[in-house]
Amino acid sequence: MSAALVVAWLERAAERIHERRAWLTDLDAAIGDGDHGINLDRGLETVRDRLSSGAIAADSAGLVLAGAGRTILGTVGGASGALYGRAFQRAGERIVAIAPGVGSAGTPLGAVEIAVEALAAASGAIAALGRSSAGEKTMLDALLPALAVLRAAHGASQPVGLALDRAAAAAEAGAIATIPLIARKGRASYLGERSIGHEDPGAASSALLLAALAEVVRERDGVDEELRFRARQPN
Amino acid sequence: MVAQSAPDVMVHIAAGTSSGTLGTSAPLVESAIRDALRDAVGAEVVVFLDLGSAALAIEIALEALEPTERARVRVSEGPLVEGAILAAVAARTGEAIEAVIAASTAPVAKLPPDFAR
Repeated sequence: MSAALVVAWLERAAERIHERRAWLTDLDAAIGDGDHGINLDRGLETVRDRLSSGAIAADSAGLVLAGAGRTILGTVGGASGALYGRAFQRAGERIVAIAPGVGSAGTPLGAVEIAVEALAAASGAIAALGRSSAGEKTMLDALLPALAVLRAAHGASQPVGLALDRAAAAAEAGAIATIPLIARKGRASYLGERSIGHEDPGAASSALLLAALAEVVRERDGVDEELRFRARQPN
Repeated sequence: MVAQSAPDVMVHIAAGTSSGTLGTSAPLVESAIRDALRDAVGAEVVVFLDLGSAALAIEIALEALEPTERARVRVSEGPLVEGAILAAVAARTGEAIEAVIAASTAPVAKLPPDFAR
């Protein structure tokens, strides 16, 4: 995971969130305060500006993520700003700790392993700050299934493009699976049972962020590596 | 209102995001706390908050402080407006930090008992 890849991911994430901002805001209007799409869009737009102006240093993958986290903390507002900001910071710090060479001289760690570590750090940060766990209709309901899929992919030595694709699909399925849940955290929890029947906006945006990452990796790697991997698998 | 009831108690505000929208910004909260610590030489800082995400931003801001700074900061669970005024008045009269916190979290009757609610 190079610095350039993380920059490409954040730019793609900003695009995807921008395209879906009205949808995210509608989801939030149903069970929250109706600003999730607008807030996250503004935060990622600021991240994109700071990347292009050099205000966020693009020296390494970890530093880019940490810089994006700090920007999100300052600009997004609301619980999602604090949670995503802290998640990006912790993911960045984790990459700096385990793979300081990423983005320059390379690293002995594989890309899937780095993704596992970063996503574990991010979801751990969200769980700790939000005092939340799986099944409470939050971002974690998208991120934790994705993390489980990534861990399995690491065990099976899958190529990173395929692993992230499956992780993004698991995140989307997890987000959709929040529809019948009762919200236990945040403003949506004020609604109690009336939160049932709505997709959680945080889980929805988490799934979009992971889908954007899978997209840029797939575009970088093409399908060759994946086809070779599939050809090696017993039927 | 705090400035009126306790003019010598210094107040720093961190409201909204750095882009001027609704919400809370952990970096703005951190810098307000640091400003307050700088003002309050040898004294304590009491932080008040309102809804939801403010608590998350304060937690992130407090983690960024040095232990010696963190030890001088207290977070009150009292209501923002009433708590801040009561704390400021208690601080102005020279109460110790525990008494200031206690004053800020005391229940406040907003209406007389015989008021038709």
